[in-house]
Order: sequence, then C-alpha cells, then structure tokens
Amino acid sequence: MNYDRILIRYGEISTKGRNRNKFIDKLKKSVRIALAPFPKVKIEASRDRMYVLLNGENGLEIIGKLKNIFGIQSYSPAIKVEKDVEALKQASYELVNSQFKEGQTFKITAKRSDKTFELNTDGINQTIGAHLLKNIPGMKVDVRNPDINLRVEVRPDAIYLSSETIQGAGGLPIGSSGKAMLMLSGGIDSPVAGYLSMKRGVEIEAVHFFSPPFTSERSKEKVIDLSKKLAGIFGSLTLHIVHFTDIQQAIREQVPENYSMTSTRRMMLRITDEIRKKQEGLAIITGESLGQVASQTLESMYAINEVTNTPILRPLISMDKTDIIKIAEEIDTLDISIRPFEDCCTIFVPSSPKTKPKREKVNQYESYFDFEPLIQEAVQEVETIIIKPDSEHRSEFNELF
Amino acid sequence: MIYFDNSATTKPYKEVLDSFVTVSSEYFGNPSSLHSLGGQAEKLLSQAREQVAGLLKVKANEIYFTSGGTESNNIAIKGAALLNRHKGRHLITTSVEHASVRAAMEQLEQEGFEITRLPVDEYGRITVEDLEKSIRKETILISIMQVNNEVGTIQPIEEIGSILKKYPSILFHVDAVQSVGKVPLSLYKNNVDLCSLSGHKFHGLKGTGVLFIREGARLTPLFSGGNQERRMRSGTENVAGFVAMAKALRMTMMKSDAGIAGLAEIQHLLRKSLTKIEDIQIHTPVQHAAPHILNFSLKGIKSEVFIHALEQNGIFVSTTSACSSKKKSPSNTLLAMGVPESLAESAIRISLSFDNTEAEALKVLSVIEKTVNQLRKVMK
Repeated sequence: MNYDRILIRYGEISTKGRNRNKFIDKLKKSVRIALAPFPKVKIEASRDRMYVLLNGENGLEIIGKLKNIFGIQSYSPAIKVEKDVEALKQASYELVNSQFKEGQTFKITAKRSDKTFELNTDGINQTIGAHLLKNIPGMKVDVRNPDINLRVEVRPDAIYLSSETIQGAGGLPIGSSGKAMLMLSGGIDSPVAGYLSMKRGVEIEAVHFFSPPFTSERSKEKVIDLSKKLAGIFGSLTLHIVHFTDIQQAIREQVPENYSMTSTRRMMLRITDEIRKKQEGLAIITGESLGQVASQTLESMYAINEVTNTPILRPLISMDKTDIIKIAEEIDTLDISIRPFEDCCTIFVPSSPKTKPKREKVNQYESYFDFEPLIQEAVQEVETIIIKPDSEHRSEFNELF
Repeated sequence: MIYFDNSATTKPYKEVLDSFVTVSSEYFGNPSSLHSLGGQAEKLLSQAREQVAGLLKVKANEIYFTSGGTESNNIAIKGAALLNRHKGRHLITTSVEHASVRAAMEQLEQEGFEITRLPVDEYGRITVEDLEKSIRKETILISIMQVNNEVGTIQPIEEIGSILKKYPSILFHVDAVQSVGKVPLSLYKNNVDLCSLSGHKFHGLKGTGVLFIREGARLTPLFSGGNQERRMRSGTENVAGFVAMAKALRMTMMKSDAGIAGLAEIQHLLRKSLTKIEDIQIHTPVQHAAPHILNFSLKGIKSEVFIHALEQNGIFVSTTSACSSKKKSPSNTLLAMGVPESLAESAIRISLSFDNTEAEALKVLSVIEKTVNQLRKVMK
C-alpha cells in the first residue's frame, strides 16, 4: 500500500496559546529545510496538524528525516480518502491487508472531528471492523494490545487513515525560543550543549577560539566538522572564529599561571558577549558540567561569570560525563570530538589551575593591563562562516569523487 | 578485444584512474600526520568513507577500508570467531564459497572450531530449512555469499536475514564481492552484520576493498600496528585507492538500473543461442541468478583448450574462478551442484560488465559456434 502523505502531530506547540502561529511557522520551516532534498514534497500546515504530501517522493527516506526535527511529537504515514463509507472500507482493507501477517490482531481507533459524517465513531469501528474481519481470513480483534492499530480520522476535508505512529524528537521548533551564542571548543560537551538547546527551540550561532600556531588548522577543521553536524539539524549554522593568540599571550604575560585559565575564560566570555550583541542574541550557551574540570567548579563559574549579566545557559550542568557521551554518540559528534588535536581548552592549561579562584584576585591581576583594545580588535576581526551540512557542502575535492 | 571475464576483475574506469593519480601525486600525505598535508589526506579519506556509506545506505562509521575481498572476508570470519570463541565455536557456511571464505573456515577448523558447510541443490542454492536446522546454541557466525562467483546463483539472503531476527547473537556475514551494482542488497533490512566488497570488481583498483561492520558488532582485528580504521585494520591507509574506489562505486551505482537490464538482455541472448548448440550444457540457473554470469560446459572439451581457442579470436573468458583456475582442479561449485567431474572439467565462465554490448555477445557466439565445430573435428 502506498502512502501519499505523512501526518505530523505537534508537540508542546499545542499548549502555546497565542504564539501558536509563530511556532507552526518555525516548525514548517524546519520541515522544509529537512526535506529540501525532496523537491516535489508539499507541506500543508493547519492549526493542529501538518501534512507532508509526498507527490511520489521516497516515503521511507522522508520518514527517516522527520525523526530529527524538533517540535514534532509523533507522525504517521497516512492515506487520504474521500468521505464515503465504501471508499473508506476499501482503503482500510488495502492498508491493513498490506501489513497483515498470519496470526496478527488489530483494532480500530476512530476519531470524528467532523460530526456531519454519516457514521459516528462506534459506527466506524463496527462497519470497518466487520469489513476487515470478513475479508482478511485469520485476523482477530484485540483492543488491548493489537499488532495493527488502524487510526481513522474523519476531518472536515477528508478521512485520513494511518496504521503506524512514529515517535518524533519532541522539543520545540528551532527559532521559536530566540537566538543564543554557543561556545564551541571542539570537545565532546559543547556540541551536545548546542544540540540540547536547539531541542528547546533555540537558534544557535557558534563561537570558536582559534590560537595559531598553538592550535592547528586541523583543530579548526574539527570545529568546522562539528558545526556541519549541528548544521544538519537546521540546514545551516553560523560559525564565528575568533583569533585569540594575542590575548592568550597577553594573559600569559600579565596574569599568574594559576589564574591564567580563569582569566582566559573571562576574556572568551567577554568576546562572545560582544559578538552576541552584534548578532542580537539573547544568551550564551556553554558545555559546562559542574565539577568536571577546574574551570567548572561553582567558584570558577562565579569568578568567570562576573564579566557579563547575559544569561548563560548550561544545559549539561547536572549531567554525568557518560550521559553526555551517549548523546554525543547519538548525534554523531563523538568521533569528531575525540580526534587528537589540541584546542583552545587543552593548550595553555596550567599545571595546577585554581579550582577556587577569587573574584578580587582575578580582577586585581587583570587591572594591570587594558585588555579592552585587544578584545575589540578580536571582535572586529572575527571570521564568520556559514556552515552547510556535509551533503550540501561543496568540497574542494568533489571532482575526485 | 572482447573482455568477458569481469568476475575475475574489471577494467578500471578512466575517471577512477584519474582520481587515483591526482590523489597519489598531490595529496600524498599520511592521514595520521598532524600537518595540513595529513589533514587533506584525512579529509579525502573521510569523504571517501561517507560516499561509500551513502551509496550502501549505511553510516560512515560502519565502513572500514581494507585491501580487498579476501582481506574483508578474513577479518569478518576470523575476527568474529576469535572475539566470540567463548560464546561458542560453531560456524555455518556453504559448500560453494569463494576460496578466501573456504580457506579461512578450514583454518579455524584446525584451531578447534566446528564448521557446518551447507549443501546446495542442482541450481547451486542452499535452502533456508537446512540453514535453520544447522543453527545451534554455540553458533556464532553465518557466512554466506550473495552471488556465487562461478555460476552466478543468488543465495536467499533475505530469507536468511529474516530467520536471523530470531537469533540476534549470531553474526551474519555476506560476501557481496560479486554482486555490487548487479544484484541489489539492503544491508539493514536483511539484518546483515558484516559485508565484504572488493574495489576491482566494480571498476576500481586492485588492493582496495570494504568491510561493512554494523554499529554494535565487534571483531578482533587481525593486524597489529598503528590502529588505523578505528583499530580494525592497522596500516597506513591507501587514500588514493579508496578515493578511486568511492568514485568507482558511485559510477557503478549510477549505471546500475539501466545496466542490470542490459546485462539481463545479453545474458538471455547468450543463453538462448548457446542452448541450441549440441553438447553445450548451461550450469547457471534460470531463476535466482545474477544477470552477469553465464557458466556452461562443452562436453568432452577441456576448458583450457576452449579458452585458448577463444583467445586466438581476441575473446577473454575464464574457466572457473580466476583464483582456482590455475590449480587446474574442477570447480568446487559445480561439483557441489552435482555436476559430474568430467563435465565440470569443461566449464567455461562468461562474466559481463555494464560496458559489454549485444554486438560483442553476437561476435562471441559466432566464434563459439565456429570453435565448437573445429574442436569437434579434432576431438572426435
């Protein structure tokens, strides 16, 4: 049986009152981006349902793509049938018969939002149930635990039949919660933090600190590859690369070694905040997890966070490393993150960084030197690239493949 | 020249050779080196991996590059046996496998593993009933080729895959070396855990191959060293060869739909005309057979004689599989199918590629007819 459409049920959008239209628009945009490789597909959105009309495109591949879109609670491949009892009988039979295997059970779940239809829900259950039992030998009814659950939805425009409900990614459509800057180091945690924020509807732009020759081109490539993975979720990702060498050297000269890490993080945060202002973001996202390393103790966060009152979102704050790794595996960033190149977080790590830095101390050390011009210069010279997901990325090597 | 020996090896596509030369001369860095030349090589390697994965509809981290079909088969079989020897020591295969599977199994047998070799019917096919009966508690691996290299029989991979759903702990290895592009294979749908491919069978270069290892399946590596290929296959990667293979696979897959139809037509033409010749018996079955292989015997004439006679007319075919033809022993597959030894000794294999034409087939047919008549005069 060939499906001709996929019915999408909204997640939490349904509860969002007046913002509903905005949410639906954002979701529609996400779906359109994800299904860009299928040009014939048409997307129809209504108040409480969205339909992807396949128009002959590959349904199986599209089902796979929808799995990763935030804001979808569940979805079902479906068939549209005209509002006619005989047509309904015939289509129900074809759909169920195509799935039925010896010994399986079924039930019918009817919903009638169009009360003018000649059969009510009980009537649908009985009529269609009897039709199926008569025509598919060996099939039995089981309303508790059926193998096949045929959903019949009578809506004002037509009847929709589906027999399979696929769990969506949940969350909120990207962009519905505003924009934030993700501090992307190249490690395991920050891509996961970005992913989880996107899941709650945040549109992200990434900021990466690059310190040649202390960090290599290959560590920058690693960040670009991570960005490609995140770009895959929403079609593209803006990546800001900050040249950080001068500031890092100034810190080394001005700040005692055991406070250099604290100061480095403060500078990074100041720069990120400047970029956020320019890009009109509302928050900064980091991959910090409480107590994981010296810079991620509460004392450190207290000393570092002093430089801004912009909300800092730390989606991983209470997560264990093993749980973070599990998500990194799921979103396919782990293999990239564990490539063995130095990044801005691993180089210049003092042998014994302060785990309990004091605000007064770090302010005192930084007061002997004016970092502001260097920060402004770094912000001025930031290199901004729009990253496309891998499949669309035109690589310099493409003619070799 | 008419080249009808594509199951032995194929001619590399020109575009494939171009890529090989460019990568070898301009991007010769070692992917493990930290500098940018190494970075370029690593990028090329991962793009090759992603392309192969995309074409096989699997994930990039499930693709491991090897030196070819023999190595992929060896890693799959021995690697699975070594890792799982504590779970059980029983392996199942067929009596018509390629030498690299057969010999790997024999080696494991000497190490104390038990091997069940499933028999085949007169068409070269195993039955799923036999397979299911031979499964035991100790079974750890089932290794079955998709397309037989000598006669072209397609094994019931789908049915086996669906039976194995009931036995999630048994690894399922499919040797798909002969089938790439010519007989479709859906790895995920058929519960395949391990799958071997060889670059030079689809117009790539010799010395390149792929082993698909499904995410979650584990093997003991056979080589020790620098832990390349995610520890599965140590040794500096043949970047140029793998880029070339990725391109060859793309070109092959692109030609596949139209190509299969063309192969089937030529095969049908050959079969129809050869059947008419007295004393020729065709071994390749009509059903469940790949479209590019046709195996037949000319009664009373040793294969070698026939092959050289065709070669004088610029036509290249094989006796049986290239790997065993030098040993001058009759085809294992044919004997397993119950073909008498005398007839098996006369076996000839024609194997086609997408580039072969009907005109070539007609030429070959007329040469075969002429040759048969000449040889008959001499032999009788």
